[in-house]
Amino acid sequence: MSLFSSTPDGMSRRHFMGHLAASAATIPALNFIAHVKANAAELKKKNKACILLWMSGGPPSIDIWDLKPDSKNGGEFKPISTKGNLQISEHMPKTAGVMNHLSVVRAMSTREADHNRGRYYMHTAYVPNPTVVHPAFGSVVSYELGSQRKELEIPAFVSIGGGGTSPGFMGMAHAPFLVDTSGRIRNADMDDVSPERLQQRLSMLGVIEDDFIKSNRGEFPQAHKDIYKKAVNLMTSKQMDAFKVDQEKPETLAMYTGAPAQGGMMGGGGQFGRSLLMARRLVETGVPFVEIDFGGWDLHQGVFNNLKTQKLPALDAGISGLVNDLKQRNMLDDVCIVWMGEFGRTPRINQDVGRDHWAKSWSVMIGGGGLKGGVAVGETNKDGDDIATDKTYLPGDVWATVAHQLGIPLETVHQSKRGRPMKIANGGAAIKELLS
Amino acid sequence: MWGWRVTQRVMGWAFAAGLMLSGAVAVDAAEQEFTTGSSDVIIQFINQQIRQSWTDNEVQPSAVADDAEWIRRVYLDLVGHIPPVEDVEVFIADKDKAKRAKLIDKLLDEPGYVRNWTTIWTNLCIGQDTPRFVSRDGMQKFFREAFGRNRPWKDIVADIVTAEGHYEQNGAVNFILAQMQDRDDGVQLTAKTCRLFMGMQVQCTQCHNHPFNDWKQDQFWQFNSFFRQTDKQDHRKFNPQTGRMEDDYAEVKWRDFNGPVYFEKRNGLMQVAFPIYLGSEIDPGAGTERRKELARLMTSGDRPMIALALVNRLWGHFFSYGFTRPIDDIGPHNPATHPELMDRLADEFVKSGYDMKQLMRWVTNSEAYNLTSKGLAKKNEKDNPAAGETALFTHMYVKPMTAEQLYDSLIVATNAHKSGRSGWEQSERQRQQWMRQFVNAFGNDMAEESNSFDGTIPQALMMMNTNPKPNNDTPTLMSGAVSLEAGSHLTELLTGPSSDVQKIQKLYMSALSRMPNRAELNGLQRFVKSSRDQKAAYQDIFWALLNSNEFILVH
Repeated sequence: MSLFSSTPDGMSRRHFMGHLAASAATIPALNFIAHVKANAAELKKKNKACILLWMSGGPPSIDIWDLKPDSKNGGEFKPISTKGNLQISEHMPKTAGVMNHLSVVRAMSTREADHNRGRYYMHTAYVPNPTVVHPAFGSVVSYELGSQRKELEIPAFVSIGGGGTSPGFMGMAHAPFLVDTSGRIRNADMDDVSPERLQQRLSMLGVIEDDFIKSNRGEFPQAHKDIYKKAVNLMTSKQMDAFKVDQEKPETLAMYTGAPAQGGMMGGGGQFGRSLLMARRLVETGVPFVEIDFGGWDLHQGVFNNLKTQKLPALDAGISGLVNDLKQRNMLDDVCIVWMGEFGRTPRINQDVGRDHWAKSWSVMIGGGGLKGGVAVGETNKDGDDIATDKTYLPGDVWATVAHQLGIPLETVHQSKRGRPMKIANGGAAIKELLS
Repeated sequence: MWGWRVTQRVMGWAFAAGLMLSGAVAVDAAEQEFTTGSSDVIIQFINQQIRQSWTDNEVQPSAVADDAEWIRRVYLDLVGHIPPVEDVEVFIADKDKAKRAKLIDKLLDEPGYVRNWTTIWTNLCIGQDTPRFVSRDGMQKFFREAFGRNRPWKDIVADIVTAEGHYEQNGAVNFILAQMQDRDDGVQLTAKTCRLFMGMQVQCTQCHNHPFNDWKQDQFWQFNSFFRQTDKQDHRKFNPQTGRMEDDYAEVKWRDFNGPVYFEKRNGLMQVAFPIYLGSEIDPGAGTERRKELARLMTSGDRPMIALALVNRLWGHFFSYGFTRPIDDIGPHNPATHPELMDRLADEFVKSGYDMKQLMRWVTNSEAYNLTSKGLAKKNEKDNPAAGETALFTHMYVKPMTAEQLYDSLIVATNAHKSGRSGWEQSERQRQQWMRQFVNAFGNDMAEESNSFDGTIPQALMMMNTNPKPNNDTPTLMSGAVSLEAGSHLTELLTGPSSDVQKIQKLYMSALSRMPNRAELNGLQRFVKSSRDQKAAYQDIFWALLNSNEFILVH
């Protein structure tokens, strides 16, 4: 029974990664061309990352990115000119000043107007299907890039302030790591147990777990072991500092929240700004995908008042702060910023001065990461209730664009647990107007 | 047993054949028909149907679970926690051939049964995170009373659907209150009632005809119109101490409504919908109490949807997978894995007078429920529903404990259930407080929650942490579990007169409901002997057992 001897079970990074690699399988490069492309992409990948700004509830993009001042659907807001080649809402003045780095896809047509289905579709690029659970794109990036970043000790997909999305067939190892906006990780300080004793406990645990895994009871036993390894890695890592926003100067935080450096912050806006700053710290540390949840967009009533006084000031400060900070740090060309929610909102204003769910014609904002800024891709008609241009876009196209910029080959095909081939981003195509 | 498998393909007489042939055909002694000691014909029907699907799919069942594996599972599934050590010892030693059937009967009569199912249905009806102006206590009180008296399921559903009044005086209203968070004309209430009690997903049809099933948009609004006489009133009161208004209580009240509801088609045209339930129309006039009519329609007919939905949900509870996936989406568009079995169980459930305990008795006494969770290489490895395959129930599928099961199991494993817990209300409150850290609702109005230990880092960290007071906070549950303070479970165990071997065995029985095997015992004995601090060594062993996959999985 030498397994119980003092040599701890291998907790090395390499060993751990071996398990990660086993959880989902990539089909070998389909042909020589794809292989060459992949190698070229390899060089680009090193510092690449994506920050997803998730507007849960479904944001009214017609009041933010694609205004209709001449229509009965236009509502109360006026468009203003920006540093880019497009106009946006008057309540986004700071963002207007950085629009030369950001673009808007105005021809999104996504058909899912239910919160859950829309959330699933926009995150995964696949419509819900009872026979398979698709991974959120963050889990795909975690699998593709996280596994290669040997120096990264914290999870490769971090979700701040929101609910979880499923890693689907990528396996629990690529599930989002959920933290709240304070960035405090509960139970991460285990001061009462010495490192030696923890190793001893873990080696004992390893033996019990391995026996149970060997008894052939499906995937849960191994998944449990994998997650413990991850948790131990996390606990002992210096990279945990990335979660500590308070290490930043107050002026930096103020850039993101729009509040005076010393003054109190308004609830929602302050949280969103903090989350964005945490995202920048995480990306700087090497995390390839960070999602931030900014909720409260389900504006069935009183949409303009809410946007004007609460949501848009926070959004404006947050987006402009993030772009400026990334630019100052020379990171903007490596970090894609994607802004989206489950769907847009009805062009028609309802009897409660609200807007309801609308997936047929709406906008997603995307920028940084080496993409062209200041571009409006596609357009909606005069009243905003249909796409006026020939081409419409799906979430798969947005994620394919991100994949392209992150250096993940669009030929990549993953396998579901049943062995079904699944194209990355559901076979979407990178949006050519945005590629430089 | 094997003799009649081929002929049994002829459908319709399978049940009779089983009865006849079990006596008429000589069977190999090693392949005797499985029984827990209960000989109900419906259990035999379940066994035959499941066996038929094994034959049809050319798979073979795993072995019957040994007593230790099975007792742990049946405790977790029926009463929501692992078995206390003494119960395991008595059960394993018991020579009675009918001991499994008897244990099932015993557990169904325990307070733990009421508590477990109250927890499950409260979570299903109002969520883990109690919404504003909803009373968790009220909802629990309603279910506690319902499961305590084993009220017919149809009466429970009818009470919930027709509920009116104060949220504590009539706890049944809390289901409706929880679905009326938004002033949405009962849209969520319509969708959730269909999904939870009828196993039908209609939420999409609010806005359009369903692409996959038979539901049409007008049917959604017809169903919705039953709920239009429902009003939710929130009451606030002035607190003289703080000088502020505070939430007081909420209630469901009658609202005057008659005639049709109006809804908008996708083409922009307005349409009307009258109260019609699956084809049965009621008088839309002012004199009709629509929710009462709805309850009547939902609970009548030969095979009401509420019976199918409950059968499917309960099967899913015990086996991880129901007859349909997801369990709350039943209909011709989504074929069941064992349609005849699902229908028959629903019929028998109705005939039994919607007796929940009887239904659970049938399921837990079945052969499939008594099989081990160990798969058999080649013989049943294709029975892997986790990979998307059809569930064939050739072996038990492992599932993670829910947060509540984990909490209650840690209490049992550390003997805390025997001391210092005073009554339902207080222990419930403590558990609820602890639960809060696991509630991760999505930020939208169709909140879904994750409540099982399905492998997230925060969950692992919580289990590993034995800090007595992290962040000057209250002690963690695990620090109590492995505490060496006077009076703790470990201290009691360690100061007793027993040998090292006995101590190790006791720890295994407490945590895993089984004895250590020889290799485990030898290794750990050596570990204890070589440790300078023996108490710390036992603490480490117990820590490792409680943190193991074997502990946290229901298998």
